[in-house]
Amino acid sequence: MSILINKNTRVMTQGMTGKVGQFHTLHSKNYANGANCFVAGVTPGKAGQSYEGIPVYNSVAEAKTQTGATVSVIYVPPPYAAAAIDEAVEAGLELVICITEGIPVHDMIRTRYKMQGKSTILVGPNCPGLITPDEIKIGIMPGHIHRKGRIGVVSRSGTLTYEAVWQLSELGMGQSSCVGIGGDPINGLKHLDVMKLFNDDPDTDAVIMVGEIGGNDEEECARWIRQNMKKPVVGFIAGITAPPGKRMGHAGAIISGGQGGAEDKLAVMEESGIHITRNPAEMGKVMQRILKL
Amino acid sequence: MKIHEYQAKELLRQFAVPTPKGNVCFSVDEAEMAARKLGGAIWVVKAQIHAGGRGKGGGVKVARSLPEVREYAEKILGMQLVTHQTGPGGQTVRRLLIEEGAQISREYYVGMVIDRSKQRVVLMASSEGGMDIEEVAAKSPEKIHKVWIDPLAGLTASEADAIAKKIGIPDGAIMQARACLQGLYRTFVEKDAMLAEINPLVLTADQRVIALDAKINFDSNALYRHPEILAFRDLDEEDPAEVEASKFDLSYISLDGNIGCLVNGAGLAMATMDIIKLYGGSPANFLDVGGGATTEKVTEAFKLMLKNPKLNAILVNIFGGIMKCDVIAEGVVAAAREVHLKVPLIVRLEGTNVDLGKKILAESGLAIIAASDMADAAQKVVAAAKGKN
Repeated sequence: MSILINKNTRVMTQGMTGKVGQFHTLHSKNYANGANCFVAGVTPGKAGQSYEGIPVYNSVAEAKTQTGATVSVIYVPPPYAAAAIDEAVEAGLELVICITEGIPVHDMIRTRYKMQGKSTILVGPNCPGLITPDEIKIGIMPGHIHRKGRIGVVSRSGTLTYEAVWQLSELGMGQSSCVGIGGDPINGLKHLDVMKLFNDDPDTDAVIMVGEIGGNDEEECARWIRQNMKKPVVGFIAGITAPPGKRMGHAGAIISGGQGGAEDKLAVMEESGIHITRNPAEMGKVMQRILKL
Repeated sequence: MKIHEYQAKELLRQFAVPTPKGNVCFSVDEAEMAARKLGGAIWVVKAQIHAGGRGKGGGVKVARSLPEVREYAEKILGMQLVTHQTGPGGQTVRRLLIEEGAQISREYYVGMVIDRSKQRVVLMASSEGGMDIEEVAAKSPEKIHKVWIDPLAGLTASEADAIAKKIGIPDGAIMQARACLQGLYRTFVEKDAMLAEINPLVLTADQRVIALDAKINFDSNALYRHPEILAFRDLDEEDPAEVEASKFDLSYISLDGNIGCLVNGAGLAMATMDIIKLYGGSPANFLDVGGGATTEKVTEAFKLMLKNPKLNAILVNIFGGIMKCDVIAEGVVAAAREVHLKVPLIVRLEGTNVDLGKKILAESGLAIIAASDMADAAQKVVAAAKGKN
């Protein structure tokens, strides 16, 4: 098993006919069971076209009806990306993964507001996507660094997630699923939501949680872990050296008003029983040590 | 993106928030002219820089005659204004705001930010005007009142009135306070702000409610739809290295150390700085070259780092996903040649096409120190920066 996605998931790409959408749809289609998973693309006004044998539809609703896809991945440019999420939510998809970076934050406030009371789960925006190794990859991560296994990974970053995954794979620890929740201040799934899913997944034994400065999602997740988590968690927070008031690449990675600093997060995580490391090169080693592999 | 106080007030006035009358000036003569035009007997001479705490640093003066306006303008224009937000070097004052004086009866704080966990805009208000909101939050949090605003309904009249009452605005001035709060909210949403503060909002002796000071920061991801906000940008207020970087779509932030970092991805870039520190070194910058770095981009990134005279070693840390390691390796070699690199260069590559990338570096004939993982890379660059190679 895995969380959120597996080899039976059926996916449509919103923004498939763009350069980025084409590139990553092709790579995802070529990964594991991707050829069966990626069944549709959506670009308004381009119905009837196809890319690599994947048919294009005018709307999410149409793609869903025609192909049975229940998940979408979004590569639509920032000015139109929030509307693309809205469309997927209105069509009643189960899961929407928004890769797009640079969506205005007020657009995301309105989109999240409209999602209230709806069953659709959002991952991202500004995220690398999700992967369940040897089954399905939805997003921009390099598939070949992953190994099938029993460690869950949840992270706000892209390449730092690859770093964690690579360390695990090098040490012979595969992954159940890896979830990039994204670096924006207003987003869908938080660390906490993903942690709950890993806790309930019988095929996940332990979790690596990678956070960064800004907000307090890591603290909220840590407090929940203290009370509820049945599995060991290894944690790292990026940005111990980041100066306050500066946006460190990600829109959400900023220490503001004395809030969101790395040391504060690490302190709460440590109190909550998370095996924290201040060394990003040792996330895998710490996991190996606590699992006594 | 940050703007000046006088620009923020200009925006607020467009949304019916009253402010004192005033003009921006770039010289002492202009300052005197502006005061003459405003008339009255009291003027405020205010330094315009993108940092708070200007008053405490000597950047805000009350003048009681035209010669005094000249005197203060002369003193403040061109000064290095040091505040708790500028750093020890301070910021050169290039612009002044000359305003009519106001008879202040009471001061309040009102501000808006985006609450990440509630995913809404939050209005914060306090009776403690003029103070840092963080200070009030730490000392007397019960004095801060908050309203989370429904994005569909906006800030309603009853919400605005209720919060105005809570901070102690007298009944006779509630309607004026409502206009200020609703105007602030409309500015915030319609101009895509991330933070907006009126501190203080004042009640004057003649019972008018006006914004005496204003600060607004904007979402840089939304500037594409606000050319009028982009026109407010003042490059003199920004770090020249960061301005240069933004031209090449590089995310760069200057730090105090001596080890340059070139990394792909924001999280990995922060982690790279952290691990340098962990092994006893000090990063000179944050630099994320992004997902689609080209040879040109990597070359520009090298040039940017090398403008820093303190720099004495460079660490390149790339996890190739979308970006292939061989492309990055070619970029690094081309850049090192073009800039005639004289400081030690440590490169750690991992991911797609890593073997090809390492081969390109090894065969380049350049004195590149290869590292096998992040820890190895950090140790090597820290040693190199200390001259132990």
